Formats: sequence, C-alpha cells, structure tokens
Amino acid sequence: MAEARQPIERPLSPHLSIYRPLINMVMSIVHRMTGAALYFGTLLLAAWLIALATGERQFEFVNALFGHPIGKLILFGYTWALLHHMLGGMRHLIWDTGRGLQIWQVNVLSWLTIIGSVSLTLALWALGLTLRGDL
Amino acid sequence: MAYRTPLARARGLGSAKEGTDHFWRQRVTAVANIVLVCFALWLVVKLAGGDHATVKRTLARPQNAIALLLLVISGVMHMRLGMQTIIEDYVHSEGRKVAALMLNSFFAMLVGLTCAFAVLKLSFGA
Repeated sequence: MAEARQPIERPLSPHLSIYRPLINMVMSIVHRMTGAALYFGTLLLAAWLIALATGERQFEFVNALFGHPIGKLILFGYTWALLHHMLGGMRHLIWDTGRGLQIWQVNVLSWLTIIGSVSLTLALWALGLTLRGDL
Repeated sequence: MAYRTPLARARGLGSAKEGTDHFWRQRVTAVANIVLVCFALWLVVKLAGGDHATVKRTLARPQNAIALLLLVISGVMHMRLGMQTIIEDYVHSEGRKVAALMLNSFFAMLVGLTCAFAVLKLSFGA
C-alpha cells in the first residue's frame, strides 16, 4: 500500500503570485509585516526602559547604540512601522463600521495610509532632531 | 442539532468556544493604543537627547508612569493577539502551532513585565 501514500499532484487555486499588486493588497501585506516588526521591536523599548531604570552607565550605553547610524536607521524604521500600523489600524476601524468599502474609497484610504505614515514619520523625526539641535 | 434554538447555538460561541472575544479585544486595545502611542511618541520626542536624570525624573511622574503602564499592558495584549493570528495562519502542524502559540504568550508576558518593572522601578525605586 506504499503507493497509496504518494502525494497526489493536485491543481492549486491561484494565489498571491498570480495577481497584479493592488494598493489595498500591498497595504494589507505591509500592515501584517509592520505588526510583526513592531512585535519584536518592543524589545528596543524594553531595553531602553530597563537601562534607564538600572543606571546612568547602562542608559548611556543603550543611548549610544540607538545613536549609532545603524541604530538610528532601525529607530527610524520602527517609527515608520508604528505610524503605518496605526494608520492602517484606523482604516480597519473605519471598515469595521461598514463604511468606506466602495472600491474607490478603499483605494483612497490605502493611499492615505502610506502617504500619511511616510509624511508623519519624516515630520516627527524633523521635529525631534530640531529639538535636539541636530537639524 | 436541528432542534437547537438560535440562542443555544450562540451560547456555544463557535468551534473555539471564544465567540468574538479575540476580535473584540483586538479592537479595544487598538483604540487604546492610538491614544497611548501618540502620547508616548510626544514624550519620546520631547525627551530626545535628554540626560539620564531628566529622562528618569520625567518618566517617574505619576501621569507619565501610568500612561506608560497602560501602553505596555494594551500594547502587549494587542501584539499577542496579532501574532496569534499570524501563527494560526501560517503554522499548520499541530505540535509546532501549539509550541509557537505558547512562545508567543511567554514573549508577550516577558516584554510586558520587563517594561512594567522598569517603569515601576523608576517611580518607586531609588
């Protein structure tokens, strides 16, 4: 009966790879990706808080890591992921009420999510760097 | 089963016996996170480049500490629910799925308690 256990090659229904990327589909995927990134990004917050609560030397050390160009890049990405996921979440909350589900509205909301998240991230960093006197 | 009333069926709360609990918690924490994340971002921007004593003193203020604790609780609940959905979508082997779901809970608790401990220590500790 060994042959009966052979997996049978069955046709699969079309999946992601067959579709032309649409903005709402891309935003849906990015929403999940930013969510997963934020999940692990909480470790950054935990590290910063624990260092702050432990002592000045530890705080300076973590700040130096975050202040390094690579650290800054990660924090910049983290800010964008946070804002993007937040705006995407607001879009979902609107949809939860049954509003904004016409195709054109879905497209507008999706574009607003990406445009909004990028502009807000840039604005927030510009503000932060200005307050620090780095800009 | 055909004799069951709609109420009796609703009481069963579906195959996972949880009804809309997951969905609803995700929404409640999402709404809370909007407010709390905006607050945290404002706090971080304000504290950018601050020295140890200033940052410590600011986060130790009751209103800031309470808001941060709320953010940690709401954030950790939200991210645990979200990761649970991702795991249930992509991990199909029963054993690995159960292990991943467990690790998800452990990670959320660890991060949540670490952050909460730090915030409380800033407020109460030396």
